[in-house]
Amino acid sequence: MTVSLDDTINRQTHSSLSWLFSRQTFWVFMAVVLACLVLSVMTDTFATQKNLFNVTRNFAFVGIIALGMTVVIVTGGIDLSVGSTLCLAAIICGMTMSAGYPIWVGAGAAIAASLAVGLVNGLLIAYMGMPPFVVTLGMLSIARSLAMVTSNNKMVYQFGPDQDILLWLGGGTTLGIANPVIVLVVLALITGFVFRWTRFGRHIFAIGGNEHAATLTGVPVKRIKVIVYIISALTAGIAGILEVGWLGGVTTNLGQGMELSVIAAVVIGGANLAGGVGTAFGAVVGSALIEVIRNSLILLGISTFWQLAFVGTFIIIAVMFDRIRSLRQQE
Amino acid sequence: MPVLELSGISKHFGAIQALNDVSLELEAGGVVGLMGDNGAGKSTLVKIMAGNFRPSHGTIRIDNREVHFHKPIEARDNGIEVVYQDLALCNNLTAAANVFLGREIRKGFGPISILDYAAMYKRAGELFKELKSETRPRDLVKQMSGGQRQAVAIARTRLSDAKIVLMDEPTAAISVRQVAEVLNLIHRLKDQGIAVVLISHRMPDVFAVCDRLVVLRRGTKVADKRVADSSPEEVTGLITGAIERA
Repeated sequence: MTVSLDDTINRQTHSSLSWLFSRQTFWVFMAVVLACLVLSVMTDTFATQKNLFNVTRNFAFVGIIALGMTVVIVTGGIDLSVGSTLCLAAIICGMTMSAGYPIWVGAGAAIAASLAVGLVNGLLIAYMGMPPFVVTLGMLSIARSLAMVTSNNKMVYQFGPDQDILLWLGGGTTLGIANPVIVLVVLALITGFVFRWTRFGRHIFAIGGNEHAATLTGVPVKRIKVIVYIISALTAGIAGILEVGWLGGVTTNLGQGMELSVIAAVVIGGANLAGGVGTAFGAVVGSALIEVIRNSLILLGISTFWQLAFVGTFIIIAVMFDRIRSLRQQE
Repeated sequence: MPVLELSGISKHFGAIQALNDVSLELEAGGVVGLMGDNGAGKSTLVKIMAGNFRPSHGTIRIDNREVHFHKPIEARDNGIEVVYQDLALCNNLTAAANVFLGREIRKGFGPISILDYAAMYKRAGELFKELKSETRPRDLVKQMSGGQRQAVAIARTRLSDAKIVLMDEPTAAISVRQVAEVLNLIHRLKDQGIAVVLISHRMPDVFAVCDRLVVLRRGTKVADKRVADSSPEEVTGLITGAIERA
């Protein structure tokens, strides 16, 4: 058997179809499509424009943060503080605007606060060598506490002169699509581009694959780790501002437990908590699946108390698939 | 003229003297086997050459020019490449991505520059061809054999115009067939005029590929001679201390 070297160089390991079938994200995507089809047939209420609008808008917030979380999880880290960061950003945005400042000051302050949260997380994890789980668990408490201190734990529902702009940003539409969904799509495209085409993207996958190797080959591991926690906090901040606009008011229990939905979405979407694996599309599809389950339970008249059981089952199934695949590779 | 010249290198960590007045010269196209028992100072010596440690005393000269390394990148910039014992590969990336890790080729589109996949696949393919390895640039490292993984790690050293390649126990944990592959790769490097330092515990490997061997014992150089003038028995004696010096 003689094969020229150039042939071997150009040959790919998998055909594109078998590559597709080996992707967890593909199967989750099919599950979403299937669930939507079934629901369209079984209920009159699912495939209505209004319901689809609600479904997409509802998962946009989790989806946006899931993109940032994917960046962190790809490096092998975790960020438990995103729910609290979202709350802090939302409170700061609301408080600043209700004090009479324009939206760009309110949103700017919210983004600045979330960047600061990410920076502290990142510095402690990268330069102090502390475990991400512990640092961000601490930050989960601190950020929510700061939100309570800032607002004196009162509800904020008056947003000053730019109130209408804020409400439009989170609750309005552009060309019939909810604004948070547009933000999600834009951020997903940016994330996907960064993963595939930039040196930064290559390096986060390298850190998740083998951090020691990345260090030895001259990848600026510490700097990149700080940046990924800033990105994650930034997406939480953006989602926070949008969510205030959608809800029209904000209390300090906003985003409580949200970090778990976000991590669930990322894992269901095919990312590996051990690092080195994950896609932007997977984060979006994972978020969509969780929301479609929630929505379908309501439409089918099943108690929403079952919602968490379904989400939990999907997390376990997703990880099981991954496990089976890696076992098969070892053989 | 030696490409690398270490003179009077000593290194102590607190009260522990890891290296004591070691001198070593590397010639272009020469393969030096660096041997010694655990704790003899092999790793310390290599880490000094690779820029991980700074020597307490002594000088390093490259092409007759004195150099001081503060971190590994500086050693790399001076033409010293290292193949680490664990190979420092990322299993989740392709062969080409690993070869170019930290040194990615990019092309610019206005203010942003993106990874140039085509150029990296092509160059990696050329390097594997040069090393006569069957490794394919697009394959994931996790699917590769030990020999192919070695080829990826060694191809990395060929990216820049390296003059010196340090190999830390490259044959420690691989099968017999793969050892032969690695030894072939070392021959390829030698043919291209690169000075190679091979750290190994495996006597047959050293005698198969090295021109010279250097034995360290408790931080001191006890032998530096042509392989042809030595024997495995003598080296064993030197390593254990049964033979004082040769």
